[in-house]
Amino acid sequence: MPGNYIPILVFLVLAFAFPVVALSLAALVRPSAQSGERLTPYECGIQPVSDSRGRYTVRFYIIAMLFVIFDVETVFLYPWAVQYKALKVFGLVEMLVFLAILLVGYVWLYKKGALEWV
Amino acid sequence: MTVPISWYLILSAVLFVMGVAGFLFKRNIITIFMSIELMLNAVNLSFVAFSYVLRQLSGQVFVFFVMVVAAAEAAVGLAIIIVVFRNRESLNVDDIELMKF
Amino acid sequence: MFNEFFSRQDLLLIKPAVLLALFGCGILLTDLLHERRHKYLNAVTALLGLGFTGVQLALIQRAMSAAGYSEVSGFSGGLVVDGFALYFTWIFLIATAIAILFSVRYLEVENEHHGEYYALMLFSLVGMYFLATAMDLITLFIGLETMALSVYVLAGFLRGDRRSNEAAMKYFLLGAFSSGILAYGFSLLYGLTGSTNLRAVADALVARPSGDPVVYLALITTATGLLFKVAAVPFHQWAPDAYEGAPTSITGFMSTAPKAAAFAFLLRVFLVPLAPLRPAWEGLLVVVCVLTMVVGNLAAISQNNTKRLFAYSSISHVGYMLLGLVAGNETGLKGIAVYLLVYVFMNLGIFTVLVALRRKDIIGDEIEDLSGLFFKNPVSAVFMLIFLLSLAGIPPTAGFLGKYFIFLSLIETRHYVLAVIAVVFVVVALYYYFRLVVMMFMREATDPERLNISPGVAVALAITLAMTLVIGIYPEPFIRLAAGSVLVPFR
Repeated sequence: MPGNYIPILVFLVLAFAFPVVALSLAALVRPSAQSGERLTPYECGIQPVSDSRGRYTVRFYIIAMLFVIFDVETVFLYPWAVQYKALKVFGLVEMLVFLAILLVGYVWLYKKGALEWV
Repeated sequence: MTVPISWYLILSAVLFVMGVAGFLFKRNIITIFMSIELMLNAVNLSFVAFSYVLRQLSGQVFVFFVMVVAAAEAAVGLAIIIVVFRNRESLNVDDIELMKF
Repeated sequence: MFNEFFSRQDLLLIKPAVLLALFGCGILLTDLLHERRHKYLNAVTALLGLGFTGVQLALIQRAMSAAGYSEVSGFSGGLVVDGFALYFTWIFLIATAIAILFSVRYLEVENEHHGEYYALMLFSLVGMYFLATAMDLITLFIGLETMALSVYVLAGFLRGDRRSNEAAMKYFLLGAFSSGILAYGFSLLYGLTGSTNLRAVADALVARPSGDPVVYLALITTATGLLFKVAAVPFHQWAPDAYEGAPTSITGFMSTAPKAAAFAFLLRVFLVPLAPLRPAWEGLLVVVCVLTMVVGNLAAISQNNTKRLFAYSSISHVGYMLLGLVAGNETGLKGIAVYLLVYVFMNLGIFTVLVALRRKDIIGDEIEDLSGLFFKNPVSAVFMLIFLLSLAGIPPTAGFLGKYFIFLSLIETRHYVLAVIAVVFVVVALYYYFRLVVMMFMREATDPERLNISPGVAVALAITLAMTLVIGIYPEPFIRLAAGSVLVPFR
């Protein structure tokens, strides 16, 4: 039934037409002042102080690494939570063992000072 | 309308080949690394597709583990990349050539 | 605690891995308390952990023989402890113990003595244990990654050293790449057969009509991943760089324990799930074997860095071992087992000497650094000579025994051409090993500094030399052990 697709076609045509019409109308109406000043980048109206592709400090990467590791571990918590009843005590013990291993890693990180912001 | 399994597999194969191509042809370590992640995601996609068709869960369990392995690889990989960068200020694999035949 | 998900038998089977993981975590925590000059205590803890694991393994072995079982499986068939698994786990434990013995001195010279080093070694052992025992694609994959991720970090352990950084980088990128390929192969195997259990996969593959292109795709991707891990040509490029740049003690470790584990993995996958596809992979493997022997041996001739030379030599040894799989009969598989055991001792022996050469300002891994070793320290030069003869396969050293079974199996299965090629390359190998011998015995020493042999290095040297000679001279018990480890190919 191609008839059902007519609204989509209309919508598509409108979607493409709208920016074309709006931009060409704006080009007709607006004053043309392509001075050098207008083309420079700005930060909240102020002259930029540095390149926008600045370097992040390596701390961000380290925090991101730690986040990824501890974040992905939740992948194992979900199936356990869903099957909590069926797995009974075994599941609980298993999860405690898993968390204990994570805790070792966490203590190690903490003691090594990986979580401090220097 | 259901999408046939072959479509998923073709998509997975295409993603995998893109990952392999990226690994072989890119020169920036981070990009190479992302290509590897793309390969692992292709693997995940095919596991989920098979798991759905076969109506069993072990494929999805495998996906969980692949995800965790990918995260661990990301952490170790980023750590190695940071150390390499600290010592030589470049992430282009062509600059990493202390050891050649 | 015990119920339908977790039986007493399951606990028994994972106890070795649990012990290793516990000791690994323990080292991470106790290392925080040790002062700088007491870091050797971490090595003691690690050796203690290996000892406990060994005892546990012996207990499992005794329980099995008392009950008359040849294999015990647990976790609904996901884990199997059989002769094969036990034999390989022993190899991993011994190789790691020797590597720890000579690591203490090396790390002190490098001034990078951290507890994480030993913890990572134990964690990689956990992975190896699962590679040897797993009967499930998921467990195998996790075991592989546990081992590999630890070893990537170990390869880059000298953080300030650019070559170590590079080694870790290349090893990591190619290792992760090959894991990706392998995982893709596993996903196809799972899709084709509907199971992740190795035996069920084999059953389902037998039932499939032959000539299915997807089966071949699964075979090719899985085989590529596996051959990457054992560093067979044409998937070997990571090995020379990783071996050269890694800390010398880790190069010794990497070329033995993880290599044996990769072999256990490869044998398990080729002989159980992929066994029905033998006609398809046998030809492929022959090509890989010949290429590996050719490239490994010829590239080793022109090396000036000792570690790089031994990287290529290790590649060529992989070629010999894979020949046993090509032959595929009992002699061949026994040959691989003997070869790996022998290889662990002789290669670790070589690396013990190389570690002893390392001093504050001398890296000790250029061939020139060996010059005049005989005049400086005759004992270690003679030891090195024996290890080199063993690597070349000259009787009565142990290396001969490994090659003997491989050649015998090739002749038994009528692979005469392969046998001739293999023998020819033994001669080539003699040439480059002999270069080192000339350097040690016939050149003047370039620097007169005496070798500093620490107690750990001395013990490591004694064990490796004793085993290299004992296995060569009185091989019967070791052959019997290896025969007990032979994995019966599926069907």
